[in-house]
Amino acid sequence: MSDPGSVSGGAGLEASAAAGVDQASHVDDSSQKQRKPRSLWSDAWGELRRKPTFIISLVIIAVIVLMAIWPTLFTSVDPRAADLDKSLQAPSGDAWFGYDLQGYDVYARAMHGARASLLVGIFATVLTVLIGSIIGIIAGYAKTWLDSVLSRFADIFAGIPFVLGAIVILTTLNAPTENPGVARIITQVVLSIAVLSWPVAMRIMRSATLVAKQQDYVKAARGLGASPLRIVFRHLLPNTVAPVLVYATIALGAFIGAEATLAFLGIGLRPPVVSWGVMISESRDYFQSAPHMLLFPAGFVTITVLAFVMLGDAVRDALDPKSR
Amino acid sequence: MGRYVLRRLLQLIPVFLGTTFLIYALVWAIPQDPFAGKCGQRPCDPAYIAEMSQKLNLNDPLLVQYFKYLGNLVVGDFGTTFNGISVGEQISTSWPITLKMGIIALIIEAVIGIIAGVLTGLRKSGFLDNLVLVSTLFLISLPVFVTGFVLRLYLGPQGFDLMDTSVSSDPTFGELILPGFVLGSLSMAYVARLTRSSIVENRRSDYVRTAIAKGQPQTRVVGIHLLRNSLIPVITFLGTDLGSLLGGAIVTEGVFNINGIGGLIFRGIQEKEGVMVTGIVTLLVLVYLLMSLLVDLLYAVLDPRIRYE
Repeated sequence: MSDPGSVSGGAGLEASAAAGVDQASHVDDSSQKQRKPRSLWSDAWGELRRKPTFIISLVIIAVIVLMAIWPTLFTSVDPRAADLDKSLQAPSGDAWFGYDLQGYDVYARAMHGARASLLVGIFATVLTVLIGSIIGIIAGYAKTWLDSVLSRFADIFAGIPFVLGAIVILTTLNAPTENPGVARIITQVVLSIAVLSWPVAMRIMRSATLVAKQQDYVKAARGLGASPLRIVFRHLLPNTVAPVLVYATIALGAFIGAEATLAFLGIGLRPPVVSWGVMISESRDYFQSAPHMLLFPAGFVTITVLAFVMLGDAVRDALDPKSR
Repeated sequence: MGRYVLRRLLQLIPVFLGTTFLIYALVWAIPQDPFAGKCGQRPCDPAYIAEMSQKLNLNDPLLVQYFKYLGNLVVGDFGTTFNGISVGEQISTSWPITLKMGIIALIIEAVIGIIAGVLTGLRKSGFLDNLVLVSTLFLISLPVFVTGFVLRLYLGPQGFDLMDTSVSSDPTFGELILPGFVLGSLSMAYVARLTRSSIVENRRSDYVRTAIAKGQPQTRVVGIHLLRNSLIPVITFLGTDLGSLLGGAIVTEGVFNINGIGGLIFRGIQEKEGVMVTGIVTLLVLVYLLMSLLVDLLYAVLDPRIRYE
C-alpha cells in the first residue's frame, strides 16, 4: 500500500512485478529449450531487439534524458523569463504550448522541467531498490526469526498510505511558511518516496531469494563451504536481480508521477525549481480558463511514465520464458 | 481455522502499533513547538498552554503519550482539536462519504477490470486484447488528478455537458460515480492485467482440459473452473486496495471538492492539528490491516486446496 505507483495507492506495482518473481525459478530451463545454450540475459536481449514497444520506449527515454541533460538543445527561451503581458495566452506559433499565469513560456519550462522530474525519479528508484534489496536478501537468506522481524518491519512501512505518509513527512520537515532550498527539497521528496516504497522492493527481493536459495547450486556451494557473503554475491544476486530490475523500471516511471502528485498537493518540489510537477501545481487554479497550462506538463509526465512502464513490461516478458 | 485467525490477529498487533507509533512520533515529536501559530499573531496564553499540554499529555515522554492516546482510542475517544472541536464527530461526518466513494471505486474497478481481463485472457492477441493492453498502459501512466481534471472539464457543463460533475456536501451515490471511477481508474488497469495474465496461465492447466473433455459447457468451464482459480491474485489486490483507495482519495476529493476524509486530513496537516491527523491515519491503517486479514481468509473459500492449520 506504500506504493506511489498508484498514488491512489497500490499494491499495483507489486502485482505487476510479482510476475517477475517466479521467473527466477524458471531461469534454468530457459536455456534448455534452445539448441545452443544461451544465458538468460542474451536470450532476453535477442527477444527484446525484435520488439517494437521496447524500441519505442527506448527512443522516448533517450529523448527525455537528452532533454534533461541539455534542455537548451530544444529551446532557446529562458524558462524564468516572465512577461505578464502574455499571461495565460493560448498556444500559438510563437509559443507552441502557450504561456502560464506569470507569462512564462510553457514549452521552455516543460523542456527545462525534465531535469528535476527525472532526477527525483532516478534517485528515488536507486534508493528504494538499494534499501529494499539489501533488507530483502538478508530476510530471504537469514534464519527465520530475523526474517520475521524484518518482514514485520517492512509491514509497518507498507501500512502507511503513500500520499498520507508523504504529506505527513514533508509537512513535518518543512513548515508551510518556510522556503527550503532546491537541494534540500529534492532530497526530502526523494527520501520520503524511498522510505514509503522500499517494502515493495524488499518483498520482491525476499521471495526471489527464497526461491533461489532452494536451488541445487546454492546447496552445493554451501556444502563446499562457501561463506554466506560469497553465496549471496556469486550465486543469489545474479539470479534474483531480474524481478527487481523489472520493478525498478516500472517504479522509475511511477515515481515521476508521484513527484507530480506531491507537487499538485503543494508539498513536493516548489518554485524556483522548474519541474513538471511544479508546473502542474501552478496550473490547478487556472485549469478551467487555461487548460494548456495543465495538459502539456501532464502530457510529458504521462509519456515518460508510459515509456518506463512499457520498457518494464517488455523486459519482464523477455525474461519470462513462460510467455513465449 | 480458528487458531489461524487468532495467530494472524496477533501478528497484526505489532504492525498496527508500529505504524501508528511512527505517525504519532512524526506528528508530535519532530515539530519543536506544537503551539506555534495556534493563537493568532500573539504567543499563546500560558494557562491555555498548560491546559492543552495537560489534555494532550504533552509533558509525558513520547511513549507514555502514545499509549495514553491509544487508550483513549480504544474507548472511542478521538480527542479534540486545539479549538475544542471533537475529532470523532468530524470523522463521523466525512468518513461515510469517503467510504462510499471508495466502495464505488472498488466495485467499478472489480467489475470492469475482471470483465476486461477475462475477455482478453480468453482471446489472447486479438484486437480487443491489444485495445485493453494499450488502454491499461495509458491509464497506468496517467496521474489520477489529470484523469480527474480532464473528465470533470470535458464531461461537465463547460465541456460537452454530458453530466453534472459537481458534488454536493452530502453526496448521493449517483454524484459519486464519476469521482469513484477516477479514483479506481488506475487500479482498474492493474485488475484487468492481473486477471488477464492469471487466466492465460490457468487456461492451459489440466483441470480446465479435463472440464472441457467432460463436455462441460463453455460458460461453466470459464465461470466455475477457470475464474475461481484465477481470481485469487485479483482478490488479494482488491482487498488491500480498499485501504489505499481511502488513503489516495485525498487527491480525487481535492479535484472534485468533496468533503471527505482527504480534505479533513489535508487541512489537519496544514493547520498542524496533530490529533486529527493521527486519528484518521490510525483508522486507515486499521482498515488496511483488517482487509488484508479478510483476503487471507477468503483464499480458503475460493480455493479449497488451501487449508489453514
